[in-house]
Amino acid sequence: MKNTNSLLNDAWAALSKNKAALISAATMVLMVLMVLIGPFFSPYAIDETDWYKIAAPPTLFDGHIFGTDDLGRDLFVRTMYGGRISLMVGLVATMVSVMIGVTYGAVAGFMGGRVDALMMRFVDVLYAMPFLFFVILLMVFFGRSIFLIFVAIGAVNWLDIARIVRGQTLNIKGKEFVDAARSGGVSTIKIIMKHIVPNLLGVVVVYVALTVPQVILVESFLSFLGLGVQEPMTSWGALVNQGARQMESSPWMLIFPAVFLATTLFCFNFIGDGLRDALDPKDRTRGND
Amino acid sequence: MSNFRFVIGRFLGAIPTLLILICLAFLLVKSAPGGPFDFERSLPEEVEANLRAAYNLDDPVYLQLFKYIGDLLQGDFGPSFQYRDYTVTELIATGFPVSLRLGTAAIFLALIFGSIIGSVAALNQNSKLDYSVMFFGMIGISIPNFVMAPLLVLFFSIGLKALPAGGYNGGDFYHMVLPVVSLALPQMAYIARLTRGSMIEVLSSNFVRTAKAQGLPTRSILLKHVLKPTLLPVVSYLGPATAAIITGSVVVEQIFGLPGLGRYFVQGALNRDYTLVMGVVVFYGCLIILFNLIVDTLYGFIDPRIKQNR
Repeated sequence: MKNTNSLLNDAWAALSKNKAALISAATMVLMVLMVLIGPFFSPYAIDETDWYKIAAPPTLFDGHIFGTDDLGRDLFVRTMYGGRISLMVGLVATMVSVMIGVTYGAVAGFMGGRVDALMMRFVDVLYAMPFLFFVILLMVFFGRSIFLIFVAIGAVNWLDIARIVRGQTLNIKGKEFVDAARSGGVSTIKIIMKHIVPNLLGVVVVYVALTVPQVILVESFLSFLGLGVQEPMTSWGALVNQGARQMESSPWMLIFPAVFLATTLFCFNFIGDGLRDALDPKDRTRGND
Repeated sequence: MSNFRFVIGRFLGAIPTLLILICLAFLLVKSAPGGPFDFERSLPEEVEANLRAAYNLDDPVYLQLFKYIGDLLQGDFGPSFQYRDYTVTELIATGFPVSLRLGTAAIFLALIFGSIIGSVAALNQNSKLDYSVMFFGMIGISIPNFVMAPLLVLFFSIGLKALPAGGYNGGDFYHMVLPVVSLALPQMAYIARLTRGSMIEVLSSNFVRTAKAQGLPTRSILLKHVLKPTLLPVVSYLGPATAAIITGSVVVEQIFGLPGLGRYFVQGALNRDYTLVMGVVVFYGCLIILFNLIVDTLYGFIDPRIKQNR
């Protein structure tokens, strides 16, 4: 009970001191709300063409507050739907990579010895791979479904988390309170759940915050190249791509999605940095030196 | 002697990585649904049989893999399925010089400016200058180059009409400015933040305090004692930076219409040109692994502690 509490308290104390992280967190909450609720306030659908307003500039008066694209579709609605996809990919793919990474790292850390060495050597080898290229290969060969985007991005992003979690597990395994619990007759499962996992949580939270923007970036990268989310659905990366093609005649098509994408990445990076400053034990010891 | 063994050991250690890379790429291609000869109009059976025989597609997969690796060792990446008259090797030979030029310029720009900006920020720690460097650094890291590039074009080409918006034009200076800058900016920002953090740590270390206590002039402390340890993390970041520059160049070449390898790669990916895509992945993968290796080895010489730990 106290473990989880103190972690949350730590995180909160750290974040509330860090203004940039706090503002970023608030911005992200607003962003999520806007993306979820925003489309309901617009009379236009995501794939609806307004024949009288093809590539119309943004205006406050007749509904198209972000303007329309070259097919007459409302850019506000598209940006919001694109945001849903981008944020969802960020979240789900991060979950996939965290699950793989934590399991892999924890197993390697617990087993120790030769198994550990072998598993980590494998991670070292994978580290040297040009992963984005493999994701592209996957997308090319197995179709461009959203599900595959989740899996492909998640499956290649777990290496950092695995390394960190393994290091932490090794560290915690040797701590006195684990010995104490063990000599007190606490079962292995209970030790893992009560003593090890809560101590891993801090590190994992930090890496979730740092992985989400990476994942969003990869998805936008794929969509930008035309290999990610397919029409009529869209994502910020796909919108930036379309905007970049039309930027001479209708720059708003580029600017709105670009600003939303950049703001999101920016905020997540700040939140991750703030959390890392607060929760990452490596940085904490460095500060004490 | 130990240096020699260290270098040889590093190079031998990279061989399994290279093999895994090639096998992964190859098996991915082999497990892809649909064959290279699935056209809209199906081929007569005899023709397809002949084609399959000509490309050894009826052999067991492991034999095909061995043959592919054997061909690779001789620099033969196989034929391209889209560009009928070219082999993948020829396409790489045409595209790579352009990408190399772009990437080298970007990495030098990022290294030089990144480390200078980072050092200036570190020497003025917690000043307004430092905070603004950190802030803009974060912006630079956060804005991906496929967003940065069109924005730069919008501003400098369409707005100011100062620089061309795209095209290669034999690689003249004006046509390369925007691609190089948009490719270099995120790395520059990262290197600046890295340098800053590292220099702050070095500045607060004991040997610098000793040097100060001995009354050495600031300039010689910085040049003789601070510079080298500060740049160590930057050197080790060169590996990931190269990888990022290579992936970034894929997008940047696409945006600015540069005839580089990344452009062929995207075209190949969109046209399902399996051999071309696989060839580029293997080629760039080998390049990244090789570069990591060189950086690693260099690092061992710059920082002897690393070598002893091995």
